[in-house]
Amino acid sequence: MSYRHVVGPRTFVFADLAELMAKASPPRSGDRLAGLAAESAAEGVAARWCLAEVPLAEILARPLIPYEADDVTRLILDTHDAAAFGRIGHLTVGDFREFLLTAPPETLAAIAPGVTPEIAAAVSKIMRNQDLILVARKARVVTRLRNTIGLPGTMAVRLQPNHPSDDPAGIAAAILDGLAYGCGDACIGINPASDSVQGLAGLLHLLAETIERFAIPTQACVLTHVTTTLEAMNRGVPVDLVFQSIAGTQAANASFGVTLPLLKEAHEAALALERGTVGDNVMYFETGQGSALSADAHHGIDQQTLEARAYAVARAFRPLLVNTVVGFIGPEYLYDGKEIIRAGLEDHFCGKLMGVPLGVDVCYTNHAEADQDDMDTLLTLLGTAGVTYIMGIPGADDVMLNYQSTSFHDQLYLREVTGLKRAPEFAAWLVRMGLTDADGALRPGGGMPLLAGLAA
Amino acid sequence: MSREDEAAGAWRRLAALTPARIALGRAGSGLPTREVLRFSLAHAQARDAVHTPLDVEAVREGITALGFETLVVASAAPDRATYLRRPDLGRRLDEDSAAALAAAARNPVDLALVVADGLSARAVHEGAVPLLAALAPALAGAGLSLAPVVVATQARVALGDAVGARLEARAVAVLIGERPGLSSPDSLGVYLTFGPRPGRTDAERNCLSNVRAAGLRPDLAAFKLSWLIDRALTRELTGVSLKDESDRLIEGPAERQALGQ
Repeated sequence: MSYRHVVGPRTFVFADLAELMAKASPPRSGDRLAGLAAESAAEGVAARWCLAEVPLAEILARPLIPYEADDVTRLILDTHDAAAFGRIGHLTVGDFREFLLTAPPETLAAIAPGVTPEIAAAVSKIMRNQDLILVARKARVVTRLRNTIGLPGTMAVRLQPNHPSDDPAGIAAAILDGLAYGCGDACIGINPASDSVQGLAGLLHLLAETIERFAIPTQACVLTHVTTTLEAMNRGVPVDLVFQSIAGTQAANASFGVTLPLLKEAHEAALALERGTVGDNVMYFETGQGSALSADAHHGIDQQTLEARAYAVARAFRPLLVNTVVGFIGPEYLYDGKEIIRAGLEDHFCGKLMGVPLGVDVCYTNHAEADQDDMDTLLTLLGTAGVTYIMGIPGADDVMLNYQSTSFHDQLYLREVTGLKRAPEFAAWLVRMGLTDADGALRPGGGMPLLAGLAA
Repeated sequence: MSREDEAAGAWRRLAALTPARIALGRAGSGLPTREVLRFSLAHAQARDAVHTPLDVEAVREGITALGFETLVVASAAPDRATYLRRPDLGRRLDEDSAAALAAAARNPVDLALVVADGLSARAVHEGAVPLLAALAPALAGAGLSLAPVVVATQARVALGDAVGARLEARAVAVLIGERPGLSSPDSLGVYLTFGPRPGRTDAERNCLSNVRAAGLRPDLAAFKLSWLIDRALTRELTGVSLKDESDRLIEGPAERQALGQ
């Protein structure tokens, strides 16, 4: 079914819902690369006018990728909560935007299981940045394993102590530095340089011993392929969180070497270890706009809609953490600071609207038209939007992955400006250790209690 | 010694354990001024590495001086801004270059070498000639037939597939400027592909990365590359089923000999 919109003497025609959604997307290089972007600014706005008039029920009834052809579509439709959808099923996309702006937090929580990724993506396309911030701020998602992440007024940080050759002493040094800055409540998570099971096991033992030595209420993760983590679990290695990169189509997931049954198997194996103390959210997923196009698995769908579909995959496994690595993939998908900022806000909004605990790796590569000022802007906006967590990387410079993200200092800045607190169990630990005062401010002394604990 | 001095000393020792930017100190919630400026300088150098055009003539002269013939080609990406947005164009030859390569192709050869700007012209300026100089004796020793060395601008790795196919090479090695990191704006990557033709995937290539004075040294990279070339031509494949096991030789006398040590 085609869609049309008249602007003065001109009629814009869109062949189907996929084309309408793609052309309604705010401009970005990845959609241009895929040949899906609006051909003029006016066509883009005409598409938004037209999309605003589409009923949500019609989006639900017309899967962008056929049910028979894609297991992510099947997952979305088979797990759709018709009762939750009942509260919004009579609305158009335009009405839904206004509904969201006025809805209280409990209403957003109630409709989340009825919001499909395509519905979240559609409404985001007609929202301004301030709309994305305002609604996301009201949509709280709380998860637990050894602490409580996502409570109102809090933001967590993943301590990311990467080292170019996985040197244990170098990683331990970066962990101590990060803890001294009050980072690590989301998790202490290493991207390993090596993908061997043996290397993974060594790093997981290092993390488990560190967490035990200081009795830190947090969880460890080594971000390696799910099959490697499964093998580690089979060998009795301590695994708190199972990590996997995921995408929004079956074919893109296949390019990552993952299937939904494989994720289910890993989820069940991690649950069986019962390593949580206050909850059982044991999965950690990463996503990013452009991954499906990069894998030539995009089905002619725009990259932001496909990104939202990845959150449907995540949602099925009740994750502790999900983050969009928003500027990592490069300028062919998000060209500059403006596109990265917009995408970061969209991803965060869509994830939260769908009930997913979304964090953002606020980041860029050196061939993108972006710099640390752009990251400051996006970081500040996300702090206002209630982001679940951000990355804490020494000096914002990841020496293993060669990109720039946010630093231990950046989270201090954001807490000072916004008043955001850490996960409560972790905040209490920092006070017990003498690292912060009761208010969460760092005490002078540069982490001496940690150094003393190390010597003991 | 005061408690503060003790802590500072401990953090200095920890900082020596990793290239990561730890123990930076702070001014309130922010970084000390020197760290803000250090970071800005590193980012500026990485940006310059991406945007500095390849000095084609200088690179060509350096390669010619080693005794190689050269050819210059361009991808279908007309400028840097397009190159960054359109990786597909960076993988294709422009029409003139395709014709020039077709005209230059003689008999089939064992190996084509491509020197490509990629994302860091600086890496090519500083690293391509030293790597080729170290590689040349090994190639000559193995008796391989070579196509002229192709210097390529606005090029992605896969441009080597189009070049190798037109030159009827059994394998192609692409020396290309890697995406610069904050502490490595001068990193060269090498991608070896057996049976080059458009449509090859990254899983069908072998890669050496971080080739630079402070990383994988040119002499060692040349040793590994010549090992891979030999195995690729013998086994008639590259990619995931060809594992780099040249390390096994590195402790042995053969490698020391190869490196002139």
